[in-house]
Amino acid sequence: MIVRILGEGQYDVAEDALEQLNQYDSAVEAAVEADDPKAFAAALTRLLDGVRTVGVPHQVESLDESDLILPPADASIDEVRALLSDDGLIPG
Amino acid sequence: MSIMKRISLIFRSKANKALDKAEDPRETLDYSYQRQLDLLSKVRRGVADVATSRKRVELQVNQLEAQSTKLQGQAEKAISVGREDLAREALTRKSGLTSQIADLKAQHAQLQGEEEKLTLAQQRLQAKVESFRTRKETIKATYTAAEAQTRINEAMSGIGEEMGDVGLAIQRAEDKTAQMQARAGAIDELIASGALDDVSQVGAGDDIARELDAMSSESDVEVELARLKAASQPQAIESGDILSESPEKTTTEDEQK
Repeated sequence: MIVRILGEGQYDVAEDALEQLNQYDSAVEAAVEADDPKAFAAALTRLLDGVRTVGVPHQVESLDESDLILPPADASIDEVRALLSDDGLIPG
Repeated sequence: MSIMKRISLIFRSKANKALDKAEDPRETLDYSYQRQLDLLSKVRRGVADVATSRKRVELQVNQLEAQSTKLQGQAEKAISVGREDLAREALTRKSGLTSQIADLKAQHAQLQGEEEKLTLAQQRLQAKVESFRTRKETIKATYTAAEAQTRINEAMSGIGEEMGDVGLAIQRAEDKTAQMQARAGAIDELIASGALDDVSQVGAGDDIARELDAMSSESDVEVELARLKAASQPQAIESGDILSESPEKTTTEDEQK
């Protein structure tokens, strides 16, 4: 499957790596809910590093849609909240 | 999959909403291509803007470092003439500059990071826009209404996502640069007002420099005197009797006066 890290590009990630990534993802979600910036930054770094480690860069000239989209590496907890809201960060 | 899934869904629906849909699908392709080109020039401008800010910060770091070096020199000079109070003052001011320099260097690193990120975003978008152009021409050349819509949708959604990503990158870079420009502007004003360089401009209203200057002109006089005195000695040596001759000479001179 194709995973995009915003501001960084797309990666091809094998399906069997998803279970591990899901665990990292839950940690990110928990940190957002707990409003804990420190835990959030650590969890996001782990999640993105996980994608970079198991993934290989997707062909840059392809026009394929990503299956998953992740926040930029230096995103703040507020920016992630904005990404999760409808009138959020993405310029329309 | 919660966070990733939720962000993906919302991001995608936003990106798709942003795409123009024309009645004739072929027009949709052309509109979209035009918007891609617009976004490409926007990201190029973004890279140039961040580079300008980075250079400005570089210039400021250089200016402040030069001032810091001057203050260090003043402190050394003050110590050499036994004025610890002046040396302390110079070093205090220098340490004020040091923290400002560290702050500017951190900003510089951040701007450099933004510049690199935007440059890479530009390259990725460029590659996708190029593919889109090829795909668009193929679709238009072999256009049959029945299959066109699916192929157009495929091409559009992929590029729409990339455009959303690049748009976000530009916006974030602009926000960060704007914050730093405000701070850089404040430092430029300080430098222009002379509040920072007064400290180190010799003779230009700075107390440390003035005192050191006064002392060094005093000591210059002493050095010059010593040199003149020394220059008059060799004549005494030539006259042969060093030990008795010169004190006698001074006494004679004194008596003559």
